Amino acid sequence: MSTIAGLTRATLAKDLRLEWRSKDAINSMLFFSLLVVVIFSFSFDPTAEESRQIAGGLVWVAFLFAAVVALNQTWAREMRNQVLDAYRVSPAPPNALFLAKVIGNFIFVTVLQALMTPLFIVFYNLRALGPAYQLPIVAALGTWALVVNGTFFAAMSLRTRSREVMLPLLLFPISIPALLAMVEATGAILTGEFSAKFWIVLLAAYDLVFTIASLFLFGFVLQAE
Amino acid sequence: MKRVFPILAVLTAALLSYALYEALVAAPTEQTMGDVQRIFYYHVPSAWTAFILFFVNFFASIAYLIWRNTKADIVALVTAEVGVVFCTVVLVTGPIWARPVWGIWWTWDLRLTLTLVLWLIYVSYLVLRRFSSSGQTPLLAAVLAVFGALDVPLVYFSIWFFRTQHPQPVIGGGGSIDPRMLHVLLINWLAFSCFAALVCWSRYRLEVLRREVDETLALEALLEPRSSQTRISPTGRAG
Amino acid sequence: MLPAVTVLDLVKQFGRFAALRGVSAEFAPSRLYAILGDNGAGKTTLLRALAGLTPPTRGSISILGANDLRSVCRQLGYMAHPSLLYDEMSGMENLRYFAGLYDVKNTEQRCSDVIRAVKLDPSLTRPVGQYSQGMRQRMSLARALLNDPQILLLDEPFSNVDVRSAREMVSLLAGLRDAGKTIFVVTHQASLLEGAADEFVWMESGQIVSRTPDLAARMEAR
Repeated sequence: MSTIAGLTRATLAKDLRLEWRSKDAINSMLFFSLLVVVIFSFSFDPTAEESRQIAGGLVWVAFLFAAVVALNQTWAREMRNQVLDAYRVSPAPPNALFLAKVIGNFIFVTVLQALMTPLFIVFYNLRALGPAYQLPIVAALGTWALVVNGTFFAAMSLRTRSREVMLPLLLFPISIPALLAMVEATGAILTGEFSAKFWIVLLAAYDLVFTIASLFLFGFVLQAE
Repeated sequence: MKRVFPILAVLTAALLSYALYEALVAAPTEQTMGDVQRIFYYHVPSAWTAFILFFVNFFASIAYLIWRNTKADIVALVTAEVGVVFCTVVLVTGPIWARPVWGIWWTWDLRLTLTLVLWLIYVSYLVLRRFSSSGQTPLLAAVLAVFGALDVPLVYFSIWFFRTQHPQPVIGGGGSIDPRMLHVLLINWLAFSCFAALVCWSRYRLEVLRREVDETLALEALLEPRSSQTRISPTGRAG
Repeated sequence: MLPAVTVLDLVKQFGRFAALRGVSAEFAPSRLYAILGDNGAGKTTLLRALAGLTPPTRGSISILGANDLRSVCRQLGYMAHPSLLYDEMSGMENLRYFAGLYDVKNTEQRCSDVIRAVKLDPSLTRPVGQYSQGMRQRMSLARALLNDPQILLLDEPFSNVDVRSAREMVSLLAGLRDAGKTIFVVTHQASLLEGAADEFVWMESGQIVSRTPDLAARMEAR
């Protein structure tokens, strides 16, 4: 079972089970996401034509804020009783732990998006004029981009002061190309004016590069004192 | 080695003066923009110098990750600091140039945007170095530098494509450049590179000395009997 | 007989603070070592260095003949004052998960055996966060025993534990020592290990100052 796949599955199952039991993180996150959507709707209140143009940006910035709050608590349970020491002492491959956390965060953030998206559609009267089937692809690739780097930087932040600020501080600059891609792709699909294909390919490339880099370098970060 | 530094310093001073003269006086005046265009001789070489410094930072960080060589870590620190300064110059001169000439403060120009993103990444790098506990700083910083370097081509392509979709004004215009202007540009670049090398070298020596002092103090603490040392336990508890 | 653990000139510095100032020692196998000393003596740092959690500034550590601690990590069991357990899961759930980290065979059987060995009930569904301190320490010890390690590193296992639990833990440790394990216990409660420990290792200011077979010998030396 100490194969990476087995351990990833076990860790993910444990995290999901614990989250389901306490439900405190997910509940507060859901409410936070709702608040974000409402605040954005008050702040940017365009007519239907304009809304399609800027909706891409709005939605993804909202997702980004929700994701950061979720990412900040990635390692909270492990930090509480220094459980990470138990991992570091064991022969378990660190990448299994990392992958499980990334997938867990991915599921978590996707659930939040599933709540926020209908609300955005309602508040902004959104309708996709382009190929709507591409939207879930963009959502999945974009979320993975945020979550893979976010989980990694959350682990790095464990060794720094001002942990909660450090995470977005590190994450945002590196995520700029991915954010641009997500926003442009969503805008392209909603307005139907451009093809989102290039952006989707860029997102896929981004995901590939940083997933490999994270898997490669996570061991160093975990073993750091 | 000891004599190279003053020689380089003098050479740099000479080059900078010459470059200043060339840029502000000798270079031909641009026909549409007038004298404001001369800021181009600061804007572009600063950008090139910054990119080179970050390039060196990338290799120094990889060297640290592979060999855990402290000198590599110091090179990474130094190039990041000086690189951020040059980046700042680019980001300040850009709007100063753009405003009188094109009437806008900012444009999502490829060079300018790339510089902005690099500036953000390396400022976050410097913040990480400052905020992490000193034992782990070199490792975490090196990891972040690798991530930053991997990001750069992705940033480039994303901005490039963005601009084809949303055409933006280009600072500096595209196309060919008068050979006399190119000459002045290259002189300035050479001067800036020498200046960057000089500053990096000084900073490097300063950092090496600083670390030597720390190590000596640590060694002293090791040897003398413990009397009044206060401590914070690594696990939050004494013992 | 080859030593189980050898430490040579071990130095660990945190900035200017020297937690370990050149510790050299050999520790024979199948022994129970009590590591004692005042706060700040370096006991925890030594244990963490042996566990591979704190890379030394200088010096070397050899465990079971290996210089690379990662290669023998399957033979190590580590326990500290934080429980290293998930508060939200029950004892069995915690152990099932940690057994997975070590690729333990017969997981269910092993987990309940180990829980019973520390005199706890495997069928208890209460989350570990609601245990008393004594129960939590015992469950943490159970976790350290999961992979049946040759070397046990225990940091303050008896702190805030009721006397009865502590005595039970000590007799468990003595039994494990008799079965061939090498056990290091950092503690402030030296008297608990009187009679069970083979040797008392005294640390002061980052160094080992003496090693005595019992507490009385140390009192005389002072």
